[in-house]
Amino acid sequence: MTEPGSAPVAAARAGSGVSADMPYVDPARVRYRQRKAWRDAAIGIISLIVTATVVTLIVVRTPGWSAVQETFFSPEAFSESFPGLLEAFWLNVRIFLIAEPLILIVGLTVALVRRLKSPIFLPLRILATVYVDVFRGVPTLLVILLLGFGVPALQLQGAPDEVLVWGVVALVLSYGAYVAEVFRAGIDSVHPSQRMAARSLGLSSWQTNRFVVLPQAVRNVTPPLLNDFISLQKDTALVSVLGPIEVLRQAQIDASFTFNYTPYVAAACLFIALTIPMTRFTDWLQERQRRQRGSGFAT
Amino acid sequence: MTTVSLSVEAVWKSFGSESVLRGIDLNVHEHQVVVLIGASGSGKSTLLKCINGLEPVDAGRILLDEGLDVTAFKTNLDAVRRRVGIVFQAYNLFPHMTVLDNITLGQRKVLGRSRQESEDRARRLLARFGLEEKAGEYPDRLSGGQQQRVAIVRAVAMSPEILLFDEITSALDPLLVGEVLDAVRELKEEGLTIVMATHEMGFAREAADRVCFLDGGVVLEEGTPEQVLVAPHEQRTREYLARFLG
Repeated sequence: MTEPGSAPVAAARAGSGVSADMPYVDPARVRYRQRKAWRDAAIGIISLIVTATVVTLIVVRTPGWSAVQETFFSPEAFSESFPGLLEAFWLNVRIFLIAEPLILIVGLTVALVRRLKSPIFLPLRILATVYVDVFRGVPTLLVILLLGFGVPALQLQGAPDEVLVWGVVALVLSYGAYVAEVFRAGIDSVHPSQRMAARSLGLSSWQTNRFVVLPQAVRNVTPPLLNDFISLQKDTALVSVLGPIEVLRQAQIDASFTFNYTPYVAAACLFIALTIPMTRFTDWLQERQRRQRGSGFAT
Repeated sequence: MTTVSLSVEAVWKSFGSESVLRGIDLNVHEHQVVVLIGASGSGKSTLLKCINGLEPVDAGRILLDEGLDVTAFKTNLDAVRRRVGIVFQAYNLFPHMTVLDNITLGQRKVLGRSRQESEDRARRLLARFGLEEKAGEYPDRLSGGQQQRVAIVRAVAMSPEILLFDEITSALDPLLVGEVLDAVRELKEEGLTIVMATHEMGFAREAADRVCFLDGGVVLEEGTPEQVLVAPHEQRTREYLARFLG
């Protein structure tokens, strides 16, 4: 809100014909700010061009550059392997799309179970705690190998013998433990006075969680959750150890045929193409949240 | 005398080794405004939280309408809280909900009112407290005084029999205290039963039916505002009041 100004400002306003409700900025200061904005932009662009030129010249003149270019950035190898890689990458995307919702369900369930107060749930609480401790402590790759090769070897009746299924299960178990901890931190981040206010209205413990605590908890942990999603997108490549031809395995096959490592670089590009929009989306979401609710939570 | 809405009988409450309430007694009659005064730590807030069942007592009883025992082991506290509303010093509005949703949540989920019905009631109350334009805002966009008035509306919307105010102006800019106290006056006019912990002596003098001075976990002195605030008998009361005048 603008307060009525002091006498000189009011006089200047009257002279400039600006409405009294508008914020007033000295015209000289406006011109200075515009000039500074242009100058800053120009300096930034010139600095960028000079740096890029110098770095490019240095790299290109380095004696080994042509060998590097041929091995990692060969246009022929790239265009030859890319369609196959893209097709294989679709499998990574599917693994991700199936695993992610399951991870969210497992994570949220485990986090909620760990918060249950009633003594009758003690066994469940212990189970949830042990699960988180175990699966956060074991490397994801190890879990994938253990389930992917181990379970089909048991030849259990009714259990799927498709290694891919067990690869996805392993990812869900491994990431579910992480996500459970993220959710738990989110629940703890909601100030106890919020729970007290909800209970004082007569809301039950369950209603308090459902309508007051969890919505705030999930908002608070959206950025770290999306961070885990990005990590999961990359870790879909770990399933390649079980044999399914996803993008990393495909790149490996291509590279071993041609003795050229460009397919690996192409596969890397595919992962980046998927994770960068996700990262920007996370940033945007955080920024929007910050704007919507001012400085943050009032307690 | 009208019927007793609330009676506190010899209630004890301690936190760790610190005894906050030491056998306190208090009676509140219907349509009365009872103001609790006393130094920080004298047990005002703790007493209010015990009445609403937010803190379990260690000993003693708290009765509503000379019948329902808040402190009995088997009492459904959600049922108690439906009848006894509380407003906190720090507002405690739900930051992820609009003002309107803050006020309708309890009505819909606890009282089972329809969305239409609870929104109508919320808008009527908001209008009465000069907040009709804030229905769609998030709490963080409001001033402290506005947030506290929304918190009052949220409690009043539940149609409580008794309202508890826990130092509701203590977190406010002095300029904003007046608008919140006006809201309390409005509720007094309407005949609500109110128990209010406050440091606003002027307001206590003018609006209270009865003033209780809490000291050392008991009501040390009680009476009309004139009796307690103008001509107190107890030395401790005089010392406490002197700090406000000095």
